[in-house]
Amino acid sequence: MADKVIFAMYDDDDKLMDGAKHLVSNDVKVSDVYSPMPLHGIDSIIGVEPTRLAITAFMYGITGVMLAIIGIRYMMIVDWPMNIGGKPNFSLKENMLSFVPIFFEFTVLCAAHGMAITYLIRNKTLPGMPPRNPDPRTTDDKFVMEIKTSENTHIKESVLSKLIKDTGFLEIEEKSIL
Amino acid sequence: MQKESDIRLPLILGDKSYKDITDDIIRPIEANPPKTWYILLMISIVIALWGIGCIVYLLGTGVGSWGLNKTVGWAWDITNFVWWVGIGHAGTLISAVLLLFRQKWRFAINRAAEAMTIFAVFMAGLFPLIHMGRLWLGYWVFPLPNQFGSLWVNFNSPLLWDVFAISTYLSVSLVFWYIGLIPDFATIRDRVTKPIYKKVYRVLSFGWTGDAKAWNRFEQVSLVLAGLATPLVFSVHSIVSFDFATSVIPGWHTTIFPPYFVSGAVFSGFAMVQTLMLILRKAYKLEAYLHVKHVEYMNIVIIVTGSIVGVAYITELFVSWYSGVEYESYAFLNRATGPYWWSYWAMMTCNVISPQLFWFKKLRTSLMFSFFMSIIINIGMWFERFVIIVTSLHRDYVPSSWTYFHPTWVDIGVYMGTIGIFFVFYLLFSRYFPVLPIAELKTILKSSGKNYKEGYGKGKGYWDKHSAH
Repeated sequence: MADKVIFAMYDDDDKLMDGAKHLVSNDVKVSDVYSPMPLHGIDSIIGVEPTRLAITAFMYGITGVMLAIIGIRYMMIVDWPMNIGGKPNFSLKENMLSFVPIFFEFTVLCAAHGMAITYLIRNKTLPGMPPRNPDPRTTDDKFVMEIKTSENTHIKESVLSKLIKDTGFLEIEEKSIL
Repeated sequence: MQKESDIRLPLILGDKSYKDITDDIIRPIEANPPKTWYILLMISIVIALWGIGCIVYLLGTGVGSWGLNKTVGWAWDITNFVWWVGIGHAGTLISAVLLLFRQKWRFAINRAAEAMTIFAVFMAGLFPLIHMGRLWLGYWVFPLPNQFGSLWVNFNSPLLWDVFAISTYLSVSLVFWYIGLIPDFATIRDRVTKPIYKKVYRVLSFGWTGDAKAWNRFEQVSLVLAGLATPLVFSVHSIVSFDFATSVIPGWHTTIFPPYFVSGAVFSGFAMVQTLMLILRKAYKLEAYLHVKHVEYMNIVIIVTGSIVGVAYITELFVSWYSGVEYESYAFLNRATGPYWWSYWAMMTCNVISPQLFWFKKLRTSLMFSFFMSIIINIGMWFERFVIIVTSLHRDYVPSSWTYFHPTWVDIGVYMGTIGIFFVFYLLFSRYFPVLPIAELKTILKSSGKNYKEGYGKGKGYWDKHSAH
């Protein structure tokens, strides 16, 4: 039997959520859900792991602040100390206060852009990438659930289609994976 | 999803479905623009070209073609800079701060306000650049290795902090805005029929798919960016105020400048959002998504920030007297009664007295009055910066060098030009980009849509069935 991908389409987010709950409670693995907007609560139903993007933002931020401290220390203290209004120019610690604004800005710069770039790469959303949603209507008002038979080998195909039928979908599409 | 209290007024009026939201927002992009759009675009282009001409003339002739003199070294240029940065504050503030507070009404204004932010900061950045006189050496403000001479830029200087703050703010706002736009571009991509549009929106949407994990990441990125952008917004205008506050000019050398500038920026930013959104709402028939309640919320922010600004003005006056410093006292006496008394009182009327009218519910829920007031506030906030900058400078410590600043046609032309350039960008944005966040509006339809809340039409009986969720 060739592996199949089943796309069940719903016209309402609540129908899809209830359907997904119904399937999951019957031990069906729902691989993915395509929706025109974020569906709150779907992650825990179909078992999507929480994203670690916030952690990457923190790491980029730490990198940013380190780079700023090292850079400013080199430029202002080591390489060419300037006498500006008699401010201490020979030690980072004593000159630190007037460097804080740029430490902060540079931290935000690195954290925000680092995270944004990671986000785009992880989502595979980059300029020129082809869209991969199963149906163009999923960005408008339709909600699609993706179920792979290869992930549900423990359920008989007839039982699986019965379970999916119970969820009250609008349309269904099956694709064979060769 | 939680059922929202009935006391809260609905945010989306009419009998809307998800499909209607998509249709209503994308319709102006698919349809041919109305004649008025072309007329406005033409006017803006003419003003923008005039402004660019003035900038070219300025660069060719030198900063001397401005009305600056030995005493008044900063005038319209920095006034315009601070005015534009201030306007550029509302967008990220609306998106970031209101996101952190989970204010659902932000969806009516956040997209267009962020666009406004980006274009406004872009205009702001232009002024320090052209003020350098040699625009092509503008990149010298960045810490470059010493092929350019052995001296580094001065990290102790607020002017350099400003370079970092404004460029960080501009680029982070741009990223924040674009990440929100990607799913909406995907909606347009999957819908438009014109081949050229399909191609362009396909590129713009970066291949957005809308799967569960992508939305999960989307929400996380929005939240963390909002968390980063919130202190950023406050830092940017604080740093702009440091440009003045760290100097020793009476009238500038004030510790209340950072909070005073930040609230002033929010004040003027919200006013500009009102000006633009009230027009956009009419032109694109968005009455269902942006209505009196949203305008009232914005007006409340205007009362609060306007009152903070008012308190700051009065505190300044009081402290100038209380400090016992003659120079400081004179700077403020001169503001109110000197040759620039008209600008001081224009500022006081527009920024302190007029926003207090919003205490009347009838006035703050009137769209016409709000629009009128938003213009008044924009003018008032321009005068605020003019008053701070020019009146503090024009009478310095040596009475023989006291003078009066007259703007030249180049001053006026460059300022008008930036308004023209801003509107060219804004008109193009409103024509080709979704002016409301389509995806995010759909998330509040069931909790804040009038039909769902009141249980009629497409939302009939919804909360009777779903109250368990």
